[in-house]
Amino acid sequence: MVPLSWYLIFAAALFSIGMFGVLSRRNAVAILLGIELMLNSVNINLAAFWRYGDVHLMAGQVFAIIVFAVAAAEVAVGLALVISVYRSRRTVVADEIDMMKW
Amino acid sequence: MSFWNDPLKVAADWLLGVFTAWGMPELAANILIGFLGVLILISILMVLDIGLVWVERKVVARFQDRIGPNRLGPFGLIQPFADIIKLMIKEDITPAGADKVVYNIAPMLSMMSVLILWAVVPLAPTILGVDLNIGVLYIIAAGAIGTLSIIMAGWSSNNKYALIGAFRQVAVMISFEVPMLATLLIPTILAGSMGTAAIVEGQDIWYVLLAPLGALIFLVAAIAELGRAPFDLAEGESELVSGYNIEYSGMKFGMFYAGELLHAFTFGGFWAILFFGGYRFFGLEKVSPFLAIAVLLFKAFIGYWLIMWVRYTLLRIRIDHMLAFNWKFLTPLAFTLIMVTALMNALLSGTSTWLYVTGMFLSNVLVAWGALEIARSYSRRERERIEGKRIVEAGH
Amino acid sequence: MTGEQIVFLVVAFVTLFAGLMVVTTRNLVHAALWLVAALFGVAVTYVILHANFLAVVQVVVYIGAIAILFIFAVMLTRRDMRDQGPQMNKNWWFGAVLAVLTFGGLYFLLQGWEGMTKTATSYPVGFDAISELGNALVSPAGYVLPFEVASVLLVAALVGAVYVAFNPRNGNSGK
Repeated sequence: MVPLSWYLIFAAALFSIGMFGVLSRRNAVAILLGIELMLNSVNINLAAFWRYGDVHLMAGQVFAIIVFAVAAAEVAVGLALVISVYRSRRTVVADEIDMMKW
Repeated sequence: MSFWNDPLKVAADWLLGVFTAWGMPELAANILIGFLGVLILISILMVLDIGLVWVERKVVARFQDRIGPNRLGPFGLIQPFADIIKLMIKEDITPAGADKVVYNIAPMLSMMSVLILWAVVPLAPTILGVDLNIGVLYIIAAGAIGTLSIIMAGWSSNNKYALIGAFRQVAVMISFEVPMLATLLIPTILAGSMGTAAIVEGQDIWYVLLAPLGALIFLVAAIAELGRAPFDLAEGESELVSGYNIEYSGMKFGMFYAGELLHAFTFGGFWAILFFGGYRFFGLEKVSPFLAIAVLLFKAFIGYWLIMWVRYTLLRIRIDHMLAFNWKFLTPLAFTLIMVTALMNALLSGTSTWLYVTGMFLSNVLVAWGALEIARSYSRRERERIEGKRIVEAGH
Repeated sequence: MTGEQIVFLVVAFVTLFAGLMVVTTRNLVHAALWLVAALFGVAVTYVILHANFLAVVQVVVYIGAIAILFIFAVMLTRRDMRDQGPQMNKNWWFGAVLAVLTFGGLYFLLQGWEGMTKTATSYPVGFDAISELGNALVSPAGYVLPFEVASVLLVAALVGAVYVAFNPRNGNSGK
């Protein structure tokens, strides 16, 4: 059997990779890609806790499904925003979208 | 338990005995037997696929008042083998600007997305790859991989026509997944399970009688998912040359082509499984599993023939019409139908079989009639608006 | 080491490698395709965890919809299909340090937790997790409220996305 710690470390590593992507990429779409990785690592944890706790308590899986819904909503709105910004500013580089700075 | 009653188990037990006699641990032997089973199933499917090339060409010919392949062998039966040899000896081109890795993975994914569907096809009461309790969702998941393969093929070819074709095809596939998923839920509600085996087992009355409209919507969505006419705008020859697979040649194109044919046949099979009782036919399936397989294949061929009939009869639809048809008509209709089916199922489940069947059937007819009435009044209004406008324009 | 552990390790390393490629590849379409690989790895992890429903939903929702959406967005937001300029911002090293620190911190915290080395109880035979999950999602004693809120959120996101991305200048006047 796989010990719980493996799942948690795996999820932590995936979370860190996603965070690196969010913090260091210039392209707004790439930042969203990183967020997806982070959400997925959270879902691994939820599923693992469901399996290693009492399997009759479905909270872990239910929470993971809610995360799916939130991820879908986030991607839809996020990409719509990116496309909208691209249409008016001709760029998707996050550093250059600075109209609110002044 | 003889071979004729449960061939799969007998063969597996025999192989297990052989392998363990060779000194193989039981787990490894079981894994090897599983792999062998997959290999045999896929081989049979690929051979069937070669037959489908012939069937398709012959049937098209009949629909178009031709004879079709008739030179090689009796009834042109050797023609598909000649086709394969031609595809194999053709030059295998990778375009200079193509993204090589993605370009080469795409045909494999395309073929894979079809083959993995057969893991949940119940061929006979005892012959089933995996009795997945989420079989119905698995069909949609396999379709998702097919979508991915198309976008990969279109993008990596580095060709505008391929990219536009892929965009259109993916837009269609994603949109029509919604009514398809909705109609897949109808057998789920009726059988009380998402497993394909349980759905077939639950069909003492074929679900097409309980949900005729659901069967129809599933067929339309399946044809759209396949990208066949009238939904074949991805490969509209007149404007896009050939769609997402334009840059592919030789066996890579062959994989897309074979995958498409097998996909059509597979959806014919799923139509039979979900709505026409799968391998069940008046108790024939209890006689022998082989007879059950024959029944399923026969029903699948009928579904496949219907898909071909639609393909070679109807004209291509424009993309905005098609997406509007999906989002404004088919999707609301499918969702209404789920609600009505669930409600009627709950109301009538305790009553006699006759009342149950008639009630379900009539509720379906009522929903279809209502939807058609709404569509008709909408189109009348639209026509009046356009015609009225035209008169005003002519007056100026 | 059992077969399950070997499978898990292989899947985990493939997933992490794919994740690394997502955040470092220059070509954004490739990044999106690597994301598909990573998401598929996560789906396999769910299968190892006996969460079959989550695995299939992962493939349907993430690979079938979200990844395709990403690929579309990447293609729609680039005038030519090539990548110009650096893909990392100038503080990328700070992000890297922070990511490593996060992983180290999480690892350190988890090491100190006594539930860390827990092994799973054997999966109950004949346990139908899917009907259990379905009941939990729609029963008032379960999670019907979060479920409904999630569906409302999805509708709101749908309307919002259409509104934001709608271009009134060449929108679908259609005539």
